[in-house]
Amino acid sequence: MGRIVLEKVTKSFGNTEVIPPLDLTIEEGEFVVFVGPSGCGKSTLLRLIAGLEDVTSGAITIDDVDSTNLAPAKRGLAMVFQSYALYPHMSVRKNIAFPLKMAGLRKSEQEERVSKAAEVLNLSDYLDRRPGQLSGGQRQRVAIGRAIVREPSAFLFDEPLSNLDAALRVGMRLEISELHKRLETTMIYVTHDQVEAMTMADKIVVLRAGNIEQVGSPLDLYKSPKNTFVAGFIGSPKMNFVKGATAEAYGASTIGIRPEHIDVSAQGGTWRGVVGVSEHLGSDSFFHIHGTGVADMITVRADGEVGFKHGDEVFLTPREDAIHKFDAQGLRLK
Amino acid sequence: MARAISNQRKTLNTLVAWSIGFVIFFPILWTILTSFKTEAQAINDPPLFLFFDWTLENYAIVQERSNYMRFLWNSIFLACGSTILGIIIAVPAAWSMAFVPSRRTKDILMWMLSTKMLPAVGVLYPIYIGFVKLGLLDNRFGLMIVLMLINLPIIIWMLYTYFKEIPGEILEAARMDGASLGNEILYVLTPMAIPGIASTVLLNIILAWNEAFWTLNLTAAKAAPLTAFIASYSSPEGLFFAKLSAASTMAIAPILVLGWFSQKQLVRGLTFGAVK
Repeated sequence: MGRIVLEKVTKSFGNTEVIPPLDLTIEEGEFVVFVGPSGCGKSTLLRLIAGLEDVTSGAITIDDVDSTNLAPAKRGLAMVFQSYALYPHMSVRKNIAFPLKMAGLRKSEQEERVSKAAEVLNLSDYLDRRPGQLSGGQRQRVAIGRAIVREPSAFLFDEPLSNLDAALRVGMRLEISELHKRLETTMIYVTHDQVEAMTMADKIVVLRAGNIEQVGSPLDLYKSPKNTFVAGFIGSPKMNFVKGATAEAYGASTIGIRPEHIDVSAQGGTWRGVVGVSEHLGSDSFFHIHGTGVADMITVRADGEVGFKHGDEVFLTPREDAIHKFDAQGLRLK
Repeated sequence: MARAISNQRKTLNTLVAWSIGFVIFFPILWTILTSFKTEAQAINDPPLFLFFDWTLENYAIVQERSNYMRFLWNSIFLACGSTILGIIIAVPAAWSMAFVPSRRTKDILMWMLSTKMLPAVGVLYPIYIGFVKLGLLDNRFGLMIVLMLINLPIIIWMLYTYFKEIPGEILEAARMDGASLGNEILYVLTPMAIPGIASTVLLNIILAWNEAFWTLNLTAAKAAPLTAFIASYSSPEGLFFAKLSAASTMAIAPILVLGWFSQKQLVRGLTFGAVK
């Protein structure tokens, strides 16, 4: 259960087309991440699947049932919102039990399912508290609890971690991934954070202005981005782009080299430049090199031991086998 | 040192605040004091402040001369009735404007508010004629509808403001959780909006209670509320300040008590949404 098919789905608000015709298949049990810059339509797409927005045209099929015009509750999906959207006047127990109460389940069964979910999510001690008395991470877990008690055919997550601080985000990321492994239920996850996308997804859908730019596994996207947009969006720090004569030498309009695919040395190399800002993370060092003549700035990722400072002269050598070539339209050249 | 200065400041501020408060409250205080004077003392020159022969005579006369309870009952009926009716209409209206706004929602809200800027006397003639034709003059139900209508813009505005504060995502979550529209209103929206609905109700009762233009113009005897009760003592055959004051005190007492006990709720309600 949990196969979702979108066929020629479009969405317009007034005269503005937010989602141009779009086809997408999400297989049963997959962890799919919609990623893209803000305003790319990823949340809208999720809300279309949830039924919180009506599609302008096209069809949405969930588990072989045409769900295009079904009410949100009838689609068998559960959603976790960015703001958690807990009911502030209800205890944690009542929050989690709410969908069961709406479904008309017996009290005893509600209790049973709530305590099971609370156990899974480490919420057993907080069941009688109100959401206002919980920390951000606990609230997020309540929101997830409310979703899992329904035993939905798919979970929808709308940027669920963006309100948490960095440390908590990493922890919750793991928890959600583990939950997916355990439940083996389809999950659709929206984020603008490519690190979340890379670490969690089975399949990433990169969106720009409502268009799907590329669909693939995290490593597919990293290794063979279809165009300069995906190449620039996936990977951190961003891929370096070089145009002009240097690119033409490779028979391309633009070439892209990831910061981790450039060797840096004090002795010699292909391009010469000067270190601007250097960032030392311990495990890695990032150097921002100016004055190479091939691009305004080249970012290089090196081992944490490498200790160039501001103003040092360095030589850069891109690894030939890791150079991505793009044509004038920004599309990948084979 | 710094502390001493700030304490002095505090004392001064407190004194100034109390003085301003006293000046504002003075007319009401004077009315209450006058109601315990004889007619002669009431118009004494120089005015008597606290040192006069306190008497309940005026209250006895007012009670004897007119049926206070009937006016009181009419006031309660009109204030509560118009409020309940207003809330029944305003909740769905404010709901739809807050959660499913259209392009014209802002304009409609402004238009509704603009009706409050119209001087009431401007529509007295058509409404009066309408009441005559419909046989609604001096009719409690007719007046209740008029009072409801004149306060409806304020009720809708207030509820709209409260509903706006409720995050739409919570209602969407309820929809995802399988709540029907009815359940969504019953279990999620209403419990969250109760403080707002309560202060709207309180304010509207006070507004309707104090309304004097329509209650005086559209009633004679049967439907007349306490405003008419007061007015009946400012008669052309002579001013009876002490009795007028007694009548006024009796008319404002219930609402003064209600306002006193609900002031926290009212202040919260009126400043709701001002600071996030």
